Formats: sequence, structure tokens, C-alpha cells
Amino acid sequence: MTTTNPSVITDEMRAIVGVEGAPATLEVERTNCRMFARSVGHADPIFYDVDAAKAAGYRDIVASPGFLGTPIFNPNRPPAGPAEMSGRGYSIPYKRVLNGGTEYEYFPENDVICAGDTITVRGKIAGFEETTGSIGPMLITKRETTYTNQDGKVVAKMYGTTIQY
Amino acid sequence: MAEQTYFDDVKEGQELPEFTIQPDKQQLVKFAAGSGDFNPLHFDEKFPMLKGMGIADNIVHGRFKYAQVGRIVFAFAGYKGRVKKFGVSYRGMDLINTPIKVKGVVTAKKQEGGENIVELDVWTEDADGKKTTPGTAVVALPSKG
Repeated sequence: MTTTNPSVITDEMRAIVGVEGAPATLEVERTNCRMFARSVGHADPIFYDVDAAKAAGYRDIVASPGFLGTPIFNPNRPPAGPAEMSGRGYSIPYKRVLNGGTEYEYFPENDVICAGDTITVRGKIAGFEETTGSIGPMLITKRETTYTNQDGKVVAKMYGTTIQY
Repeated sequence: MAEQTYFDDVKEGQELPEFTIQPDKQQLVKFAAGSGDFNPLHFDEKFPMLKGMGIADNIVHGRFKYAQVGRIVFAFAGYKGRVKKFGVSYRGMDLINTPIKVKGVVTAKKQEGGENIVELDVWTEDADGKKTTPGTAVVALPSKG
């Protein structure tokens, strides 16, 4: 995509493309699964009740779609937004940020994410793109996050798109 | 929980049961807490950035809409089906207290790698019929046999 605006992508930014950040640990717990499901408005008992989840063929309460996007909060680290937007370690001149999209690939043949799982989260920036839209020049950041469970199995991959303008 | 959908019964062009939500402030505050996304854009109508964007009210979280579309995808898969892929783009903003329809349609069915694969188009739609959160999903379904 051609643009008449000067590029905001620096060598420093190019250097971090494809570099995996430090892994983080996400404990999938019953209370969190219930709270997330409630905040979405789920009525299905597999997201709340252990017996119902087991009767439906799952190991435990199921983490409902979108649960993995919950940031792992630590007040002693820089503030993080939703997982698909977090981890900016560079500065660019644009002040506004939008979530452009969220895509998850799940690997149910490995396992379905349930309460009791301990997930190792590894993220990287897959690339930067620049374009100009109705809101002016923008930087599009593509992210990839891999979620590996306690058995070493990849259970999900997230592809996120952040728009800064 | 809806009845299990079987691959045998799925037809291309088949529409998924739709539903409509109209998230109010309580709902968006709930989602802020549930998801950990405390951006004031979603619950403080006086947040200066909204004014800068020319918007008079709070914006519904993109990931809230992802999760709503997720309800239709997971309900279609049922307990015996499995969601293999599910993604959306955030193409348009939805404002608090406005109706949002959540819809889906079967675009393809095929057997692949020993699995019964169904592809879906899924989306949210605003009151003007604009698809504000278009997406796709891939689901593996059981067969009756």
C-alpha cells in the first residue's frame, strides 16, 4: 500500500518483528471462567457448573470464547490492554488505538481449554503495515500469540490486529 | 442448551438462530470486569477521547461483540462439535443502548482429514443492517452414523 505520509516504522520496530516476548502464565480457574461467562451473558451451564460440564463431555468448566483475551494484570508492570493489543515496547506519533480484529485458531484435537489448566502464553509481533483510511494515516500491527497447556500441547493461537492513528 | 447439530443435517445457506442484544451500561461495566478491559471509552460517556472522536456515547467493546458472535458459533457446534477457528474484524463501532443482531450462515460443508467440517460466516449487525463485526468460523461436527 503506498502512502504519501512519512513512515512511522523504525529500525527498532523492524528488529522486534518475529521476536517472541517473555512467556506469561495464565491460570484458567473456575471462578474466572464463571465471571467471564457471566460478563458475556452465557446461559449454558457448561460455563458455570462442573457437573454439567462433565456430563457434556468436558474435563471441567469450559473457558468460553474470548476468555483467553483477558490480560494478565500486574500493577508493577506497564499497563496492558486486551491481549491482542498489548505489549507495545516502542513509541510512535499516533495517539489513538483501535482493536482491528480478533481471530483464534483452536486445537480441540489436542484439548479444549477448561478450568484447572495452566496455559503458557507466548506472544510476538508478526508484522507492521501502514495505510491511509478514512481516519487518516494509520499503523496496523499484526500480533500472534500461542497458548500451550500444562501437557505441552498447543491449545490455541491468537491473531490480533491493532490499528493506531 | 440447544439440540446437537449433526453434519448430515447441515445445508449450505442455512441460517443460524439469531439473537439481538442491546447492551446497557451495567452490561458494559460487567464486561469490563469480566474481561479486564477497563478502557473508559466503554463506560464513561464524558471520557475526552470520545469527544475527540465525535462520539456522544460509550462504545461497545470489540471483544464483547467477539464473545457474542462466539455464543452463536459455540451453540451451533453443540457439546459434541468443536470450534476450530473463529475470528472477526471490527469494522464499525456500536454504541451503548443500541440493538445489535448476532447472526450466522453456513457457507460450506466438506469432509477433510477425517472430520466433518462446516464453514460459517458470522457477524453482528447494527440497526441499519450494517455488519459491524464480520467474521468467519470453522466448526467440526459429529455425524449421525
